[in-house]
Amino acid sequence: MRQFEDHDAVDFAVVGTGAGGGPVIAGLAEQGFSVVGFDAGPYFRPLEDFASDEAEQEKLYWNDDRISEGANPLVMGGKNSGKSVGGSTVHFAMVSLRFRPEWFKSRSELGYGADWPLDWREMWDWYGRAEKALSISGPITYPWGPKRPRYPLRAHPINGAAQLLARGAEAMGYAWTETPLATVSSPKGDSHPCVYRGFCRFGCSTNAKQSQLVTFIPRALAAGAEIRDLAMVGRIEMGRDGRVSGVHYVRDGRWRVQRARAVVVAGYAIETPRLLLNSANDRFPDGLANSSGLVGRNLMSQSNQAAWGYMDEPVRAYKAPPSTTITEHWNYEDRKDFHGGYCWMAQGPLPIEAMTIITGSKGLWGAALHEEMLRYNHLAGLKMVGEQLPNENNRVTLADDTDQYGLRIPRITYSWGDNDKALIGHALDQMSLSLEHVGAKDIWRQDNDMNHLAGTARMGFTPRDSVIDADCRSWDIPNLFICDGSVFPTTGGVNPSLTITAIAMRAAERIGQLARRGEL
Amino acid sequence: MTERVGGGRYPGYDVLSKRDGQSWNDKTREVIDARLAVDSRPAFFSADEWKTLVALCDRVMPQPEGRPPAPLAAYVDRQLLKGKTKGYRLAGMPQPGEAWKRALAALDEVAQRRHGRTFALLTEQDQDAMLAQMAEGSFESDVMRGMPPKTFWTSHVIHDVVGAYYAHPSAWSEIGWGGPASPRGYVRLGLDQRDAWEPEEATPGHEERAARENSHVR
Repeated sequence: MRQFEDHDAVDFAVVGTGAGGGPVIAGLAEQGFSVVGFDAGPYFRPLEDFASDEAEQEKLYWNDDRISEGANPLVMGGKNSGKSVGGSTVHFAMVSLRFRPEWFKSRSELGYGADWPLDWREMWDWYGRAEKALSISGPITYPWGPKRPRYPLRAHPINGAAQLLARGAEAMGYAWTETPLATVSSPKGDSHPCVYRGFCRFGCSTNAKQSQLVTFIPRALAAGAEIRDLAMVGRIEMGRDGRVSGVHYVRDGRWRVQRARAVVVAGYAIETPRLLLNSANDRFPDGLANSSGLVGRNLMSQSNQAAWGYMDEPVRAYKAPPSTTITEHWNYEDRKDFHGGYCWMAQGPLPIEAMTIITGSKGLWGAALHEEMLRYNHLAGLKMVGEQLPNENNRVTLADDTDQYGLRIPRITYSWGDNDKALIGHALDQMSLSLEHVGAKDIWRQDNDMNHLAGTARMGFTPRDSVIDADCRSWDIPNLFICDGSVFPTTGGVNPSLTITAIAMRAAERIGQLARRGEL
Repeated sequence: MTERVGGGRYPGYDVLSKRDGQSWNDKTREVIDARLAVDSRPAFFSADEWKTLVALCDRVMPQPEGRPPAPLAAYVDRQLLKGKTKGYRLAGMPQPGEAWKRALAALDEVAQRRHGRTFALLTEQDQDAMLAQMAEGSFESDVMRGMPPKTFWTSHVIHDVVGAYYAHPSAWSEIGWGGPASPRGYVRLGLDQRDAWEPEEATPGHEERAARENSHVR
């Protein structure tokens, strides 16, 4: 790996190496720029470093101290963070979906949220490129939305839980399909096909998963980029000319400054606004890129509630990727009395997660919990990914407490609105009905779960309505970019990673064009 | 322990019989070996706090007979010794170590006030009654210093104690989970399908067959 000195001004310092950072680091390096990608966590080698163990693999999550409050406080951890090279793609469920086209204009076409400054037809092309880059395995024809090309690799076989989703959907008259997944179904590069061990959400120890660790990061290294791990960026440095000039970071207990001609922030919806706010200076006392006051605002999560039940026959849902089938029916059906959409997928929780779901929903402990957990192999679940609407009062601010680096920690405030509650209620009814159709017994609802994040540095049309423009460039500082899930003005009813990847691939190309034209 | 828990649904199944086979990679062996080697002694808590914590663990997660018990109190203790944080604190919650110390002191304070004895010396019924109040949020003690009992229950009792139990191979064997699976993985994925290296459940009248099948799991 090529390495740069702190005092060498590199063309780009990229903060974060996940779904947003990875494609930007690789894309810029492949265009010939000098790039250093920073990650606060370690650079793991999955074949040697990953155990098949839920508890051990918590090392992949961002478990640093944060305060979470509001009427529906977010549970931070495995579902919405990552602290290792590759970010949360190292432990994501690999579900790789395209937005419904109308969501890019949800304000003007669907009457809620905010429009994106991106056109869906252009995004359709970038989605295709992202699916190729991640070797997505998927169905031959996808039942919803405009025509899309065939997925690069064949779909994976479906597991017991996924068979139940399919049966239930058919009984209700809804389409279903194999979930497009970022894990290979045939050999690809150095990756062997998936062995269906079922630990996807705890890091893939065989490198079948197409996380950043086996896709964009190796490309970045081959093109001459440096990945600097265990390097926590705490502040963005600003020159007297009002442009950013580098990043302050701590590594091996020592604070250092990497000089850079431009900075791309890709820390996701909590750490990105935290860094911008923690970088406040005399010129920008409210934080960088924050003339709109929108940095940290419009935080969105996605509803991740579920219906569960027990089958007479063993399901053993722990095998294979957790979600091998999906129905997006309610993302494309607008005859409902709330805004936004949702999909649902089959589920395969491992024991600790199954226990967490059961205790959280049923309040069991002691002998009663033992009894319930004996039904583990019969557990079948359907879990939604649902759109939550942007609300300025859901936000990230700075608390007075500091963390192990001496940096002020984020305070995360989150409450559902009436629309969010209506959507969740609709989905829980629908998923419960589907389980009834397949003969599940003792059906119950998990009504308290949320997962992915979005918002807090939204893209838009003017410096007043947004933090960045369509090229992910901040309106206030010409050589400061933001590229991760925080740029989403709305979050849609599908998992966000493929959209983040597509935006990042596009941003890398656009930023390169701007740099070559001398417009940074 | 008065009640029997976790009855023999998967007779003869021991997930550790797969340890040296194709389903466990070196890192998994290293991690689980270290987990099984933890001593049931305090390193973070005082002797008095330890007694209360052990009593709490025995009631929150009583352990089945016939399988090696998981040293749950020690797992909680070691996490706190490492200063491990969990990514978020809900409103009113102090840092994890402080939260546990307050809660254990509060259990003893209420036990002394109501029964004239520490929590560890109460009957199981009285212990369960206090724990149920904590779980429901009606537990009251000044020693909690405003920490919401229900939040403590979910964030720490469930997460730290019950979570530690289901991270232990004895629990995996109890519930019939296949366990670690790298690099071998699985082949038979569908409903009611079982690979030979997964346990078979005992159905009425077929307990012996299940035990025989499970004795071959490697």
